[in-house]
Amino acid sequence: MGEYLTLLSFGDLGWSDEIAWGVLITVSLALATLPVGLFIGFMIALSKQSEEWTLRIAADIYTTIFRGLPELLTLFLVYFGLQIGIQQLLKAIGIDGSIEINTFFAGVIALALVFSSYASEVFLSAFRAIPAGQYEGGYALGLRHRLVMRMIVLPQLIRIALPGLANLWMILLKDTALVSAIGLTDILRQTGVAARVSKEAFLFFGIAFLLYFVLALMSSVVINRIEAQAKRGEQAR
Amino acid sequence: MSAATNDTLIPPQPAPAPGPKPWTAERIAGIALMLFWIGAGIALVAYLYAQWDVDKVERYGPKFLSGLWTTIRLVSISVAIGAVLSLPVAFARMSKNPVISRLAFAYVYLFRGTPLIAQLFLIYYGLGSFRPQLQAIGLWVFFRDAWNCALFAFALNTAAYQAEILRGAIDSVSRGQWEGAYALGLTRIQAFWKIILPQALIVALRPYGNEIILMLKGSAIVALVTVFDLMGETRRAFSRTYDFQMYIWAAVFYFIIVETLRNVWNLFEARLTRHLKR
Repeated sequence: MGEYLTLLSFGDLGWSDEIAWGVLITVSLALATLPVGLFIGFMIALSKQSEEWTLRIAADIYTTIFRGLPELLTLFLVYFGLQIGIQQLLKAIGIDGSIEINTFFAGVIALALVFSSYASEVFLSAFRAIPAGQYEGGYALGLRHRLVMRMIVLPQLIRIALPGLANLWMILLKDTALVSAIGLTDILRQTGVAARVSKEAFLFFGIAFLLYFVLALMSSVVINRIEAQAKRGEQAR
Repeated sequence: MSAATNDTLIPPQPAPAPGPKPWTAERIAGIALMLFWIGAGIALVAYLYAQWDVDKVERYGPKFLSGLWTTIRLVSISVAIGAVLSLPVAFARMSKNPVISRLAFAYVYLFRGTPLIAQLFLIYYGLGSFRPQLQAIGLWVFFRDAWNCALFAFALNTAAYQAEILRGAIDSVSRGQWEGAYALGLTRIQAFWKIILPQALIVALRPYGNEIILMLKGSAIVALVTVFDLMGETRRAFSRTYDFQMYIWAAVFYFIIVETLRNVWNLFEARLTRHLKR
């Protein structure tokens, strides 16, 4: 028992400080991806209901590609692809040398690509759930298109899209575990190193498992609060 | 007076021709993005063509195909085992006994709340800590093998997801269907198999398809525990050649299987729900 406590202490002999750092990386990776993914996803959803067929098809190609590839492969494609691409580009203008892409940055890009293509579907179905009368009512009041969007459609859209987006957040949180494969020091990477060094694999991978579970629990508590907040204007049924 | 008016009346005219389409920001963005995708497509084909190397194709082509076969086998076996496991879990989840339903809920929540990769590592690396105990009960032979561990982890994971799909689908069948069945004198089991389940499965069809696709994509992580599926073979080929086209080919293969599966499933669903079309 004592040796386990040593392994789990903070400081040189224990691994808790390393694992805490991993938790921080995992959470910040998910939080950094969220706004990027939401923004791209919203833009894609807008494009998908545009009157320009070129824009609609371009958006469809985007979602088909990034929903059709495994997340791990997307991550590798972004990480190695950017690295090799930039190297080739530098070679072309006469600079030689190897380039290391920041793994956090590659993680954010890959996860945002995946997240946004799913988010666009959520936004799109939320858009479709808003009756045309809401737009017409806005125009009848003399509001411009932008204002109708901002003051009438968006508040309803967010409320409708919230459960779907909450689901995507949970998926995002789980997908962050994949970045350990490109060497980012997230929860899984740190516990993996601890497991290899200490030879206590079950202990440390069990801790990783529980940490992800706690993150999911905490997220669902926060999400429930946000949903309650979003629903406060609705009539009680 | 009226004659003068008649003289000046112009004959009916066709509507004026529409002016040139305005260059809105939307239109410019659409055309730019389309050009980008077309350019990317051409670049992809040109890249794969330029990098085509008979040696590499001969050496790694069969490996890719065997990797693909491993992926398909892994996914189909684990989804099938998961489907069987999900039945008791779904029933336990709907059970009136609070202990059973809570246990099932905990199982589902644990497996849905954590990454598949963490579950896989816990089983593959973690169970190694219990080697003496596992050897004593003769299970070590099973858990020693990465393939078995992957199958085990995937089956448990997909069982949790499928149980939720099944439960949601059974819940979606209205109470009146049960009552109607009882009124006709069917037993509970008959009512379930003949009346409720067929209706529930139609609701569950789409989520099941999504779950299979998710498993197919999720299965790529077995490459990290030394199973040589499509991703594993890709990583091995990349580490030997440092040739980026390996990843591109993997992407092409995954894309083709996912898209095929998605379209086949859509056809399948359209066929099975044709009586619901109006």
